[in-house]
Amino acid sequence: MPLSWILLILAVIGTIAFLMARSRAIATVDGDARRLHSLPIYYGLNGALMALTPALGLLAIWLLVQPILLDRSILADLPAGAVPDGGTAALVMSDVRRVADGIDSGISSGSFTRDELRDLSVEDVGGLLASEGTALGSALTGEVLTAATSYWQARSSLSWIMTIAVIGLALIGGAWAVSRSRGEFRARNVVERGVLILMIAAASIAILTTLGIVLSLLFETANFFRQYSWTEFFFSTTWSPSFSGRGGASQLGILPLLWGTLYISTIALIVAVPIGLFAAIYLSEYAGKKFRSVAKPLIEILAGIPTIVYGLFALITVGPFLRDAFASPLGLGNSASSVMTAGLVMGIMLIPFVSSLSDDIINAVPQAMRDGSLGLGATKSETIRQVIVPAALPGIVGAVLLAASRAIGETMIVVLGAGAAARLDLNPFEAMTTVTVKIVSQLTGDTDFASPETLVAFALGLTLFVITLGLNVLALFIVRKYREQYE
Amino acid sequence: MTDATANTAPAGAGQGSLLIKDSRTAKRNGAEGRFKMYGLIAVCIGIAMLILLLTSILTSGLSAFWQTTIQIEVTLPEEKLDKSGVRDPEVMAKVTTFGYAPLLRDGLEATIAANGIETELSAKDAAELISDESVAQLRNRVLRNPDLIGQTVSVEVMASGRIDGFYKGRVTYASAERDTNISPAQLQLAEALEDKGLLNTSFNWLFLTAPDASDTRPEAAGLGVAILGSLYMMLIVLVLALPIGVAASVYLEEFAPQNRWTDLVEVNISNLAAVPSIVFGILGLAIFINFAGLPQSAPIVGGLVLTLMTLPTIIIATRAALKSVPPSIRDAALGLGASRMQSVFHHVLPLAMPGILTGTILGLAQALGETAPLLLIGMVAFVREYPEAPWEGGLFDPATALPVQVFNWTQRSDPAFVERASGAIIVLLVFLLLMNLTAIFLRRRFERRW
Amino acid sequence: MYDMRLTERVLDTETDKPKITAKGVQVYYGDTHAIKDVNVDIADKTVTAFIGPSGCGKSTFLRCLNRMNDTISIARVEGDIRIDGEDIYDKRVDPVQLRAKVGMVFQKPNPFPKSIYDNVAYGPRIHGLSRNKSDLDEIVENALRRAALWDEAKDRLSQPGTGLSGGQQQRLCIARAVATAPEILLMDEPCSALDPIATAQVEELIDELRQSYSVVIVTHSMQQAARVSQKTAFFHLGHLVEYGETGKIFTSPEDPRTESYISGRIG
Repeated sequence: MPLSWILLILAVIGTIAFLMARSRAIATVDGDARRLHSLPIYYGLNGALMALTPALGLLAIWLLVQPILLDRSILADLPAGAVPDGGTAALVMSDVRRVADGIDSGISSGSFTRDELRDLSVEDVGGLLASEGTALGSALTGEVLTAATSYWQARSSLSWIMTIAVIGLALIGGAWAVSRSRGEFRARNVVERGVLILMIAAASIAILTTLGIVLSLLFETANFFRQYSWTEFFFSTTWSPSFSGRGGASQLGILPLLWGTLYISTIALIVAVPIGLFAAIYLSEYAGKKFRSVAKPLIEILAGIPTIVYGLFALITVGPFLRDAFASPLGLGNSASSVMTAGLVMGIMLIPFVSSLSDDIINAVPQAMRDGSLGLGATKSETIRQVIVPAALPGIVGAVLLAASRAIGETMIVVLGAGAAARLDLNPFEAMTTVTVKIVSQLTGDTDFASPETLVAFALGLTLFVITLGLNVLALFIVRKYREQYE
Repeated sequence: MTDATANTAPAGAGQGSLLIKDSRTAKRNGAEGRFKMYGLIAVCIGIAMLILLLTSILTSGLSAFWQTTIQIEVTLPEEKLDKSGVRDPEVMAKVTTFGYAPLLRDGLEATIAANGIETELSAKDAAELISDESVAQLRNRVLRNPDLIGQTVSVEVMASGRIDGFYKGRVTYASAERDTNISPAQLQLAEALEDKGLLNTSFNWLFLTAPDASDTRPEAAGLGVAILGSLYMMLIVLVLALPIGVAASVYLEEFAPQNRWTDLVEVNISNLAAVPSIVFGILGLAIFINFAGLPQSAPIVGGLVLTLMTLPTIIIATRAALKSVPPSIRDAALGLGASRMQSVFHHVLPLAMPGILTGTILGLAQALGETAPLLLIGMVAFVREYPEAPWEGGLFDPATALPVQVFNWTQRSDPAFVERASGAIIVLLVFLLLMNLTAIFLRRRFERRW
Repeated sequence: MYDMRLTERVLDTETDKPKITAKGVQVYYGDTHAIKDVNVDIADKTVTAFIGPSGCGKSTFLRCLNRMNDTISIARVEGDIRIDGEDIYDKRVDPVQLRAKVGMVFQKPNPFPKSIYDNVAYGPRIHGLSRNKSDLDEIVENALRRAALWDEAKDRLSQPGTGLSGGQQQRLCIARAVATAPEILLMDEPCSALDPIATAQVEELIDELRQSYSVVIVTHSMQQAARVSQKTAFFHLGHLVEYGETGKIFTSPEDPRTESYISGRIG
């Protein structure tokens, strides 16, 4: 039964439980709602909550766990010869799944029946499936077809069991809530406890997300380091993955990628920090009200523009301009994508980020500091340079660290502006590449989760995550300490 | 002694007349002026960059909304298109685009001849003026309306990418010399057709509605699937992130006890807000696709990843909105005997709603423009089929998204795709503008001063 | 010279020329008329106290004397304020130069987040008062001595000024103001954030400073005004109600409003 039907049935059960629990509660007090412990709606809500929450929880867990267990059991039954040389069990399993999907759609569209399928030869089934639009990684084999058939059977029967279990649970929950729906039942307290638990669960999603990130990165990185030496990864200066299937050893040293990342981020910060800081100072200390009300939102628009737009800007405008105006005449290269292109454009992207953070921080410096300095006969700029900026320095450092973390993790600008060549070079007009670019290139297109060339992306991701997390934690710590100082 | 030092204090800065500026003050004022100037320059650079960015996108992308078309008379003979003569679309569908291509070629030749245009080009070369996509369009038109068969109809067909580029300044006679896909003679023919009023430029609705097209047909590439995919994902983000975000914020702001767990959750949220978006893509790939077995390229996976990414933004905005509701409102409700839950849901939450919605819209806008994580979950695939409606399982169908479509087009070799990519960005920016305007409107309309 | 009754009477008792003369001063904050036609002469080498209920305009008027009101965009000052006969609101006057001549100490101690030494050296540095390091050392030492802070601070000059106690911080701010060698010191309720012991130290200091400067102090404490000042001006609702010898104001005020304030009926 399709998921949407199950959800619809659950919604109906929930509504009925709501209405029944409410009317029963009112009936137990002879229609005098004032004698209820809680407002009638709470009895109804209790009914709906009891019917829906356990059932939806079961549904979610079932949907998550079923494919994993099913895969495992089918994989265990797969004969040893089913996995061809050079292939992997994962590839075979994806074929099995595709064939099962094909059988599913074929039967539901009426192209063939279950009984017909049993009598057909492997080749005929393959042909039938192909005509139904099922594309396979390799030619259909008997083992795969057997596995797929049992996969399909197990899946459809499991799906029925799940439907019955979920709807049954909803009915039991609803019935139980209705049976407890009496006048003296503390419905409001129970509902509020339930809502509180749901809210705690919602708040925990943040933890789960972090946990998911860390676990998935660690797990696959561990897989990677089982196949590839970690010293090579961290200390080799060569990045040259061989293309999968073509053989040959890949060299997957992170250093050239880190170099490109740091080089580009440094240029970006050299652009963004002074411009952002001066813009913030001008807007908060000098600009008139009218000018500020126009200029500030304009600069903030820069922050709302998606990075893909900056990427395209780098690709079609900044890159060719830098190449024609600087790189080619100076003999420094003829590549439109370069460290400079990506760095400049990223710097522009970071201007509003730095300026709005600095603005907050400068405004947090107490007015008394300004008065003290101005009262001694200092000019405004002397006050800013010698009192406000030093006082705000920790906050500004925090803002720069956050900007650096942004720059290091930025993807689209470097994908479109920096190039794909991993090299250790000083020439800023040369194309270089970054950690994020390589994560994208190793994980898009055909991926094979058993080869180091794909898995390396997770090791890169983990490195990126650790670096940015470190910067963020440090920055948040500094900024928090700074704010406490003036609170 | 203090008195002695006081009387022999060194010459102060304020000695002498106030009306005469000393040289040091003049110098300091100069420094002041320069400093102020640096600030002004910084602000101007910021604004100039914004203008440069927008002009660069607009100049290269606006033309994507216009399409060069050629008007030709096409005869639709029955013996070629519907031998059975029953006008049943199912039967007629057996005639593939190969059956229609000669008709357009002949139609163009006839049109050229009828208008007295002289050209040295063969009918085959002349037909290169017409987009390959037009054949499929003509076929669809005939299948929709079988009565056209046997008639000679006037059709507006798309010009090929190079001819389109010629009218947008991308292709010139000089470049055509070096181009294997177009020749100067073909450009001359196009100009001749234009003289006769047969070659026009019209608004390109197909750019907004058509699906993507292959590398060789930039003129036919559209944003239909991408817009639909983005819409589906926004729907998922809205449905999941808004309730979860509000629930989490209400808990943290109104109910959470001050303990280590709460601290952990809070630190977590502020860190998640700063985790690079691509890491969320890795999460989506590892958890939703590899572990949970959801399909690649599906809006459901993209929506889930974007939900996790947007949650911190929504939570931070919602908590700020809840904080701005004064405690006196809560006290008033509690004082009347309401439970804490009632005071929050009946009073605090409705008052904070404009702020929450504003934050949600801004979070959605951020999600709409996000590209990197979607690349990793396979949304960069070439998709020509529209996904089904959400209730028919469309959330699990392959689709793409606006920003990813932009990226996809930048990776194609034909420069006509740069125009398409910029055009797609204009569409994206228009959506973002609308969302931000809504947020501003909400804030202005419901802003409350306590 | 001036035909106003008040100022004439003050001048009678003072042989020196006044350091500051204010004539017909009006201050507006946006639409609010904060100071209404104030005329006052302030003598050199004297402590002059401004008293009055809160919101009476005494701090606002004080801030006119070194043009600190310039930093508030909605404030507008009219009238004539002269120091040594020079109009400080003249177009040619640079407020920066003026403020070097007219130092100011604020209500809350506001040391910069720098070392004690750098706090005191800040003014001399920006005004270029020292030729070399030993010059600067001498200025800092003198200033700290004059603020009666030298003995407490001499061993910790490189430590942050924010680490001092409240009273020490305020004396540091006084030292900081003194270090630029001003001729006039404005003090805006300098003791309001201090405990009684620190207040006593600062008051003693103010009395010593009178030897070298013209000191103008705003205070909400009548006892303090009586203790430290020679002249007292009473402000009420933006008007200067009464101005004269401190002893006379406190013992036999002429205006009934002054009398009610001193006896505690307004405030």
